[in-house]
Amino acid sequence: MRIVTGNDLVTGAVTWWTGNGWSVHVADAVDAGHEAEAIAAVEEAARRVNGPVVIEGMMTDAGPTPAHIKDRIRASGPTCRQDLGIRPDFQIEKA
Amino acid sequence: MYRYDEYDQAIVDARVEEFRDQVNRRLSGEMSEDQFKPLRLMNGLYLQLHAYMLRVAVPYGTMSGKQMRMLAHIARKYDRDYGHFTTRQNIQYNWIELKDAADILAELATVEMHAIQTSGNCIRNISSDQYAGAAADEVADPRPWAELLRQWSTFHPEFSYLPRKFKIAVIGAEEDRAAIQLHDIGLQIRKNDAGEIGFRVFVGGGMGRTPMIGPVVRDFLPTADFLSYIEACLRVYNRYGRRDNLYKARIKILVHEIGRDEYARQVEEEFLHTKTLGLDAPQAEVDRIAAMFAPPAFETGLSDEIDRSDPDFALWVDQQVKAHKAPGYAIVNISLKPTVGIPGDASSAQIDVMADLAERYGLDELRVTHAQNIVLPHVKKADLYAVWQALDAAGLATPNLDLIGDIIACPGLDYCALANARSIPLAQKIAKRFESLDRQRDLGELKLKISGCINACGHHHAGHIGILGVDRKGEENYQLSFGGSAAADTSLAKIVGPGFDEDGIVDAIEKAVGVYKTLREGGERFVDTYRRVGEAPFKEAIYG
Ligand code: HEM
Ligand code: SF4
Repeated sequence: MRIVTGNDLVTGAVTWWTGNGWSVHVADAVDAGHEAEAIAAVEEAARRVNGPVVIEGMMTDAGPTPAHIKDRIRASGPTCRQDLGIRPDFQIEKA
Repeated sequence: MYRYDEYDQAIVDARVEEFRDQVNRRLSGEMSEDQFKPLRLMNGLYLQLHAYMLRVAVPYGTMSGKQMRMLAHIARKYDRDYGHFTTRQNIQYNWIELKDAADILAELATVEMHAIQTSGNCIRNISSDQYAGAAADEVADPRPWAELLRQWSTFHPEFSYLPRKFKIAVIGAEEDRAAIQLHDIGLQIRKNDAGEIGFRVFVGGGMGRTPMIGPVVRDFLPTADFLSYIEACLRVYNRYGRRDNLYKARIKILVHEIGRDEYARQVEEEFLHTKTLGLDAPQAEVDRIAAMFAPPAFETGLSDEIDRSDPDFALWVDQQVKAHKAPGYAIVNISLKPTVGIPGDASSAQIDVMADLAERYGLDELRVTHAQNIVLPHVKKADLYAVWQALDAAGLATPNLDLIGDIIACPGLDYCALANARSIPLAQKIAKRFESLDRQRDLGELKLKISGCINACGHHHAGHIGILGVDRKGEENYQLSFGGSAAADTSLAKIVGPGFDEDGIVDAIEKAVGVYKTLREGGERFVDTYRRVGEAPFKEAIYG
């Protein structure tokens, strides 16, 4: 699947495209397919996201999961500070 | 300590308001990210993996209690209750919101702090010896010269768009505690045969993807020529530095390509010109700045006795306390490396504790070290026990200075957008494996440094044991190297062999340390044994 992700302009929080908006939970991410780039451009111009990128991911039992470890860490929050409670339930290790 | 004059305060305040306007224009859509990014970077605001990150300058690593307390306040009010002290003697906040950025800078300005020149291709915050003004082996205090450089380089119009970033370090002691030979310019104060003070000038050192040790380009630079000579060094670089290739743009590449002699010759030629420009500070200004760094009023007639009856305290004294030049005083090193902690991280509460201790027992001074620890440079020996008790209660009394548990680690893939692999969890695993302090002390000085990518923010090239995180087919992988040093015996670490996963590398370090234990002679440190016997026995033990 092709996931669109970026940071919230105001807070900087990592966000994921949900099909009709942005969520801080990767679980809400959808496959943006061949529209991903267009969505990123429109959303960035409207300042609903900052620095959007299109990344590869796959649908697993745990929900949408980015292919690259960097994006999995973006989804979970710093692995060394899970007490911050960003998204500690998200497994960054590959299944 | 240096205090802002009206000019300093005015330019910092004006900069805050300028940035506030820029942020507002970004938020309202008047500016795109492409337009805004260079402006926010000029104010220390990055966008990292999870959020905006703010890097605050701590000029030459020196702070007062009030400034330190402001750092705690910012962590508490605008961030997630902690900050990360870095190898650049700065502090980084990892969870800043754009809407707060100008307010934070305004608060910093009230205590004479800012985030200017903590990013971009300009002269960055000047670094120095954390024991400046206190060390028993000091020729002269480097901070007045670091301050002069700060004033000269702040908003220097000619050097705001250099080919690449530029880092200068100044020390005034024989022992190098600031890695000067690994800086773009390293300056060491020394005396000539006539007993005059001047500088040995190293140019073209650096880490990153092409590590180099800076050669000496001037053995004795008189203080009267200080700024005009440094200006000449920068001018030659600004003109000939490789702007065509990001990876070859640092001054180390220029010095390496044209050679030390040719670079030095061009600098001398340029210096003949810069010397006529009236750049050097008048003696009165040098004296004015130096007066602000005059030694504090040390009490006299103090005892040098330390009551060592508490064994835990005695252990801490042996590891963390260093000789001071004033009788009855000592330098206290505060470890930000508790076992399985995060190297360099401190909570707001801990930052407050350190600020309090500096005010109460430390003549109101603190330092940040390039090893990501904090120093109280002036503590009465009679107060050491009270200081230790307060530190211990705050989780800040781990006695591991310069031992294997005192790991330098960059933020790595837990925070940094450029990273290939995580540094912090690996540091924690290693610290856990070598948790026993008896064992650490038996192994002696052992500097272990980890970077999450080739940029080398974690100084891995300069580690007795250096670890570099790489991306191997999408998996985190770690390269092991031995034999680096950032001290007076500066050397670059050499890769031992193929890389490891996270568990593999901890085992490999265990094996290497075993080889050292078997082969060490006399008082040899790990790095001494490695240099003497070479890599073969280590390789053999690790790869079989
Ligand atoms: C997380 C954000 C950071 C980013 C994006 C970043 C970026 C970089 C880059 C690109 C370089 C290589 C420069 C070159 O070789 O031309 C570099 C070098 C360096 N950085 Fe960082 N860095 C970050 C954090 C840190 C931290 C936290 C520290 C201190 C722990 C640090 C200290 C250094 C040092 C000491 C060097 C190598 C010395 C040199 O050759 O300049 N950086 N950094
Ligand atoms: S070394 Fe690489 S991973 Fe570590 S902080 Fe620097 S840029 Fe980031």
